[in-house]
Amino acid sequence: MSRAERITQLHAAAKDRILVLDGSWGVMIQRRELSEEDFRGDRFTSHNGQMKGNNDILCITRPDVIADLHDQYFAAGADISETNTFSATTIAQDDYHLDADAVRDINLEGAKLARAAADRWTEKEPGKPRFAAGSIGPLNKMLSMSSDVNDPGARLVTFDQVYEAYRHQVKALNEGGVHLYLIETITDTLNAKAAIKAIKDLEDEGLEPLPIWISGTITDRSGRTLSGQTAEAFWNSVRHAKPFAVGFNCALGADLMRPFIAELSRVADTLVAAYPNAGLPNAMGQYDEEPHETAHFIEEWARSGLVNIVGGCCGTTPDHIRHVAEEVAGVAPRAIPERPVALRLSGLEPFEMVA
Amino acid sequence: MRPTFINVGERTNVTGSAKFRKLVVEGDYGAALDVARQQVEAGAQIIDVNMDEGLLDGAVAMRTFLNLIAAEPDIARVPVMIDSSKWEVIEAGLKCVQGKPIVNSISMKAGEAEFREQAVKCLRYGAAVVVMAFDEVGQADTAARKIEICTRAYRILVDEVGFPPEDIIFDPNIFAVATGIEEHDNYAVDFIEATRAIKATLPYARVSGGVSNVSFSFRGNEPVRRAIHSVFLYHAIQAGMDMGIVNAGDLPVYDDIEPTLKEAVEDVILNRPQRTNVSNTERLVDIAPNYKGDKGAGRVVDLTWREAPVGKRIEHALVNGITEFIEADTEEARLSVERPLHVIEGPLMDGMNVVGDLFGAGKMFLPQVVKSARVMKQAVAWLEPFMEAEKAGKPREQAGRILMATVKGDVHDIGKNIVGVVLQCNNYEVIDLGVMVPADRILDAAKEHNVDIVGLSGLITPSLDEMVFVAREMERRGFDIPLLIGGATTSRTHTAVKIEPAYHRGSTTYVVDASRAVGVVSGLLSKTDRDRNEAATRDEYIRIREQYARGQEVKARTSIADARKNPVAIDWTAPKPAAPSFTGVRAYEAWDLADLADHIDWTPFFASWELIGRYPLILDDEIVGEAAKDLFKDAQAMLKRIVDERWFTAKGVVGFWPANAEGDDIVVFEDEGRTTEIARFHTLRQQIAKSNGKPNAALSDFVSPTGEDWIGAFAVTAGHGELEASKRFKDAGDDYSAIMASALADRLAEAFAERLHKEVRTTLWGYAPDEAATIQDLIEEKYQGIRPAPGYPAQPDHTEKATLFRLLQAEANAGMALTESYAMTPPASVSGLYFGHPQSHYFGVGKIDRDQVEDYARRKGWDVETAERWLAPILNYEPGAEARVKAA
Repeated sequence: MSRAERITQLHAAAKDRILVLDGSWGVMIQRRELSEEDFRGDRFTSHNGQMKGNNDILCITRPDVIADLHDQYFAAGADISETNTFSATTIAQDDYHLDADAVRDINLEGAKLARAAADRWTEKEPGKPRFAAGSIGPLNKMLSMSSDVNDPGARLVTFDQVYEAYRHQVKALNEGGVHLYLIETITDTLNAKAAIKAIKDLEDEGLEPLPIWISGTITDRSGRTLSGQTAEAFWNSVRHAKPFAVGFNCALGADLMRPFIAELSRVADTLVAAYPNAGLPNAMGQYDEEPHETAHFIEEWARSGLVNIVGGCCGTTPDHIRHVAEEVAGVAPRAIPERPVALRLSGLEPFEMVA
Repeated sequence: MRPTFINVGERTNVTGSAKFRKLVVEGDYGAALDVARQQVEAGAQIIDVNMDEGLLDGAVAMRTFLNLIAAEPDIARVPVMIDSSKWEVIEAGLKCVQGKPIVNSISMKAGEAEFREQAVKCLRYGAAVVVMAFDEVGQADTAARKIEICTRAYRILVDEVGFPPEDIIFDPNIFAVATGIEEHDNYAVDFIEATRAIKATLPYARVSGGVSNVSFSFRGNEPVRRAIHSVFLYHAIQAGMDMGIVNAGDLPVYDDIEPTLKEAVEDVILNRPQRTNVSNTERLVDIAPNYKGDKGAGRVVDLTWREAPVGKRIEHALVNGITEFIEADTEEARLSVERPLHVIEGPLMDGMNVVGDLFGAGKMFLPQVVKSARVMKQAVAWLEPFMEAEKAGKPREQAGRILMATVKGDVHDIGKNIVGVVLQCNNYEVIDLGVMVPADRILDAAKEHNVDIVGLSGLITPSLDEMVFVAREMERRGFDIPLLIGGATTSRTHTAVKIEPAYHRGSTTYVVDASRAVGVVSGLLSKTDRDRNEAATRDEYIRIREQYARGQEVKARTSIADARKNPVAIDWTAPKPAAPSFTGVRAYEAWDLADLADHIDWTPFFASWELIGRYPLILDDEIVGEAAKDLFKDAQAMLKRIVDERWFTAKGVVGFWPANAEGDDIVVFEDEGRTTEIARFHTLRQQIAKSNGKPNAALSDFVSPTGEDWIGAFAVTAGHGELEASKRFKDAGDDYSAIMASALADRLAEAFAERLHKEVRTTLWGYAPDEAATIQDLIEEKYQGIRPAPGYPAQPDHTEKATLFRLLQAEANAGMALTESYAMTPPASVSGLYFGHPQSHYFGVGKIDRDQVEDYARRKGWDVETAERWLAPILNYEPGAEARVKAA
């Protein structure tokens, strides 16, 4: 089955049921207690500086660990598993002094691992096709926020640099075989817009088009992204990507995320996705929310018709995903609302001029 | 549904705003940001940013400005219109905005290929676009060409590029009409017709335009231009125009335009058949000069706000201080709710909360808030009969009850009235006891009305002591409610050092100006924060007292005997003092108010409304310019009525007498022979330790100790009639005009003093007959001679006014009197002495020591304690402290 046909299945599945994304990668990798040598593998034995902590590099150096995690999540009932490429851009990997070739290989190998796992599980359970989403994370450098408290106009990167970094990542993910892109944990919408432009420009240049899933992060109860936008303003800013899905992830647990997902659910005329953290971290930075608790919140979202795709972010485990998948099974997915055609713009807040 | 219309803010456009251009060219991005902020605060829903200026690198300026805006949430909340004729500038802008902007503009000017390419980029960056009706041939002028080009562009965008039709905004070009060239006559009609066709045939597309072009041939005549814009928009909006780059706050309401003008404008805009033997253009050109003043072109209010729901209209009226429709709107609101009270608790309080928030955030200024209060009062007055009829009406919920008074002996109340209005705006009930209120009346009223806070105000220094007395009385009578201190003469230090220690049971807080009043009051009445706020103030005042005590120890003073050895040295032989044209007094029954109006120094006028800045620069100030302009306009209008209708009478008296200095006293004689002493002015000498040859000045230094010399004195007022005028407005619920009348009376009195001084220098005393000082020179005091007033720095003792008034017979000659604290009534009054010698100058006596106080007491015939009381603000020691030391 070609990738395009599999993507048709993805669209069909999303009409049919609530899809389930996998859970956290950080926690699961941490539990493996890997050593510096594990991270370095054969390829980076003499690489400068510490590599431990650079989870993305494991796509190259410990592919077995990554493949196992995809398997665990698919076994738990996930429809979609993400590539282990959250920080695999030239800008973010500069912290580990990795060059563009290494970054490309992380994305390529990461995509291949996820895709192979998805294909394996689809073959095993043809009635429940599995999908690989190419993870495109935020950067440690932001385009809308000043890098210098004394100079509000200062920026550490330019739009063009961010665009190039994402372009490089997108090409490799696509080549490695992912079924869709997941631009996630968006703290600065302008960074995400650079990623969107990179994808769209590559498609104009002939790269095979793939669905885009855009997932922002509401950082606290104020209901704003880190760069200050409200949920609706965020949606107006990214709607031109014609995304397959839009949603929020990270920062908040399911209970605190609910109002913002509800708001997005009201305004977004596409699929809505949400994958919260397992509650808020405790004093030790660990997440205490039990799998059945997370699942309980998410089941309520599903029954209220707020979501089309659910999953977990920081602190969630295959066990969380299993509970979530069980709870949302059989619940009808959110119907995509038809919104009146209007000129919609945004600053930090939305602007709408209805016909 | 009525059409809605989006105003795009135009002031961050270097091609549209000379001010903004200057700021950006000079790199003053901070001030440029303020322009953007003001625009958003003024209600712009989108801001147009344009950096197309020859001196600028447009792309760099665009990037710099948009990156800075990104750090300002109160600006960045609205979408940006990235406006440039250069694509590279537009693209630089697109790379800086996280929101979804509008690109202004792209067109087929350079062919379809470039148009397509730029449209795709807009789509990829996530922007809506303005498409100009411009193709390879040129800019579309006729309706047919406009429609043809827009239709072609629409098809390319929607069918080929995949652009969402709702994100397309056409600008079918607004060109100037009434240019005298016949081909231009139909330009407005062409735009309107094209708009109608675009809206009918190109689904979801929008129409926009730069409105000011249409009236270009009337530049220089703003009222007519505004009328043209209003009429044009009225018809274009009816035809479907959705948005425009226009200063909408400036436009007259279509229905309010004077009928003759409206008809002439409409004939031009709609290119109707001419009515007379002259063309429509000529007719408008002929009548336009009649409207060049501000008359007849219609009031300056927003065009569209009347279309909003009633709650929003009431909010708009409150925020903008518009009384015109408030009764109708209040009535409409009343009919829609169950009880009239609900209108107050609902839309009116909601609107006032907006006003309060804007004021608190520094987005509205005092004059505007006081105008808001006027609107509020009128609305409440409209509702009152209905509430009374309702009988069951329970009283309004108030946030708190504040008693306010100007203390005994003081008559000044402009600041107190402003504070009262501001508090009322914030839903506090204010009980204002007025001026010259003794302590027992203040405290009786506080008990009777069960108030939450007492606020005291005062302008002259003796009021400081009276405030201490009130505080002591509050302590004695067992009050524990907060006490607020405010007024020109008060200070944080005085409050901390003298007043607060007198009142232990309750808190005492100094309020620096009216804009702080609400914050202080709400902090003191907050159930949760009160204790914390009071504790913080107490801690602060303890610190201030400690600082003050430390400061007391280090001020080196020279003895009065030594100071007297170092006077201002004047050679009295050359030139000899000039003789005045008369001696004795001369009274003026009613000085010409128009002449005084010309001599007004406006800078302090703005300061009295807490708008700080020098006139006339303040009118163009980035922050307060708008508020200052409005205030100035209202002031001019009232001033004209004051003059024309003689609301006030300017009475004054001036006198000259032979005089000689005797030590630090100035002896005034009845006769040129200088034998009969009729008065004696006591002056105070600087005791600060001077170095490098600077004198220790006293006013007596400016009068010759021997031989022929003279002194002058004056007392003038513009206050007769002020209280009546002020009360008339107050009774009508118009505090704004009441305060305005008082503030103008004050200015006229000051102008009178300045004007009379000029008369004295050139004619009455005549020592400078050829003086050619302009009004600005007068304000800057560029002339010979001084007119110091008792109670001010050169002679801080207010009691000297008694001598002055007696000499001038000010009561009989000018209807002026003194209170027990030596405040002058009417309040809008000025008095002082005249010194004519070229070396006479203003100075401050500064702190004085006990030796001079004892000497002064002896000369005044007082005991030392009395002297210490009147000179309290300038004592360089703690009265009584020495006595305690001696006793020990």
